Amino acid sequence: MVVSRDYTYMCSDPGQALIKQDIQEYDLNRVVVAACSPRMHEPTFRSAARQQGVNPYQVEMANIREQCSWVHKDQEQATKKATALVASAVAKARYLHALEEREVDVTPGVVVIGGGVAGMAAALDVADTGIRAYLVEKEGYLGGRVADLNRTFPTLESVPQLLGPLVERVEQHPSITVMLNSKVSGVDGYVGNFEVIVAEGGTVDGEAPNERSLSVGTIIVATGYDVFDPDRKPEFGYSNYPNVITSLEMEERLMRGDLTVGGRTPERVAFIQCVGSRDVQLGNPHCSRVCCMYTAKQSRLVRETLPDADVTVFYIDVRTFGKGSEEFYDQSRSKGVRYRRGNVSEIYRKPGNPDRVVLALEDTLLGEPVEFEADLVVLAVGMEPRGSAAEISQLLKLPRSADGFFLEAHPKLRPVDTAMAGVFLAGCCQGPKDIPDTVAQAKAAASSALIPLVRGSVPVESATAVVNEELCAGCGMCVDVCPYDAPSMNQLWGVSRINAVLCKGCGACAVTCPSKAIRLQHFTAEQVLAQVDALVE
Amino acid sequence: MAETDFEPKIVAFLCNWCTYTGADLAGTSRIQYPPNVRIIRLMCSGSVDPTYVLKPLLDGADGVLIGGCHPGDCHYQSGNYKARRRVVALKEILKGAGIDEDRVWLRWISASEGQRFADTITEMTEFLKDKGSNPMRREWAV
Repeated sequence: MVVSRDYTYMCSDPGQALIKQDIQEYDLNRVVVAACSPRMHEPTFRSAARQQGVNPYQVEMANIREQCSWVHKDQEQATKKATALVASAVAKARYLHALEEREVDVTPGVVVIGGGVAGMAAALDVADTGIRAYLVEKEGYLGGRVADLNRTFPTLESVPQLLGPLVERVEQHPSITVMLNSKVSGVDGYVGNFEVIVAEGGTVDGEAPNERSLSVGTIIVATGYDVFDPDRKPEFGYSNYPNVITSLEMEERLMRGDLTVGGRTPERVAFIQCVGSRDVQLGNPHCSRVCCMYTAKQSRLVRETLPDADVTVFYIDVRTFGKGSEEFYDQSRSKGVRYRRGNVSEIYRKPGNPDRVVLALEDTLLGEPVEFEADLVVLAVGMEPRGSAAEISQLLKLPRSADGFFLEAHPKLRPVDTAMAGVFLAGCCQGPKDIPDTVAQAKAAASSALIPLVRGSVPVESATAVVNEELCAGCGMCVDVCPYDAPSMNQLWGVSRINAVLCKGCGACAVTCPSKAIRLQHFTAEQVLAQVDALVE
Repeated sequence: MAETDFEPKIVAFLCNWCTYTGADLAGTSRIQYPPNVRIIRLMCSGSVDPTYVLKPLLDGADGVLIGGCHPGDCHYQSGNYKARRRVVALKEILKGAGIDEDRVWLRWISASEGQRFADTITEMTEFLKDKGSNPMRREWAV
């Protein structure tokens, strides 16, 4: 150990400058950084070392944030553990060897999973560069959830007029392959060279799906969201009363221009906010971010269609954070939509009044119980992760956050990247969003997904396994155990040799080799046992 | 009998793609667990050599955890299956050598299971507290 330094943000430019300066000044050939997870900033520090002529594989990180300071409250114990982790990293660093950095060519092309607004916007940006985008949609049409909407907020633009030309552009684009009634059924490979299996059709009449393998460099996940099922709040009687509908049914009614219930024009219309959102008991503590605004829109359109009707919104808090949203909400109120702060506990029917329902609630501003009669009740249902999110998470090895939506690599600086290199997120599969945010994220995902493709090559694993031919007995067990056919027997010398291009660095052969002739570089027994020594001491 | 104030020392070998990332997720989610675990990052549970498990136990660690991807999810297709077979064989050897094989745990924890990782560490720490310290610690101290 020649020099040790303490700095708040080692990954920042000044932090990296400190490392670079010390490499020069002290002629260092190993660097240990005790900071965040190597999954976060190892590339940053490797690059800093590389710039100063130190081989990037001679950098080691001690993960004292995600795996220490963030998970242990006891400062003394956490510091003790951090010290041990640093000692372990230093012990490993002693045995690090320089490795040659290699790159492989990428396969141009992007698979976009999901043909909603997010998927279409991402596919268009990819395809406009001339790189092929495969748009995989499980339904028989493009447009996703937005296709069910009537008008947008806060501009009241007609959705069919917005969506129609977008779908047409996608369908007509020479560089987009639209695959309808299709699902991704398998993913293999790594960033730059993925093999994605897409199954088309099937399941109907026991017919086998038509499988096709796509070779692409990157993947964009735009699988959207599920709408909260209001039957999970049986106290609202959604399935019992024709007067109670969801906001999506309201969209459809507004599109048709029909607001009647049982042939009668409603005189009293109620909106209930946060149905299935901000509800810890239901396991959905998150805000769905669009309900306040679509209710401001729907309630206003109802007022305009039925000027004599009483339109009341029951809310917990009104959140109007988007551009032009607060102004729109003000306008809705000035048009006579009433807002009443209160949490509706139950909807029921009163004997002798079969045409109406009654909302029981506590007005939380007045602090008194209220019964509110209504002819039509709209439940502002929220967004949930897709039921298929678990399946997609398994397929692509994507972590999910506590709310069940897919987890971005960094909440602020890498909002469309994921823990899987080469896989990006767009739209509501990452969390609830309105259309502008979805499109913005889709365009970000497209540009991130294009980076390796434009660059033309991606780094491949340098930490491969190597055979010490003097120790190799030529038993061939490594050949049998390797899933990638990387080792092969050299007949002339009677020893195994590993093809470094095929080797992915899993290390299975190194453990299997009975002569201990195989070494997994960067994770050698020498290095690992040195770490053990430092930790158990 | 459980020793008082005994804090077990656990060495964990975690695969980069699933369990190590799951441990990172526990961190980003600020899920608390006992500080008794020391993690060594490997690329695959299939690269855990028996000596990696034996050495800490002989040196006096109280437990060894191997964390890999769920069956079918291995980033390298079959590394976790190899780990599973090796651990079974290794436990037999440990028994023969008079080392308590229950000190070695193999668990499948995915990248999205931060809570499961934290729960596993909590559970293992409690388990080892009940079991008491690794007798190797004292024997070697002689």
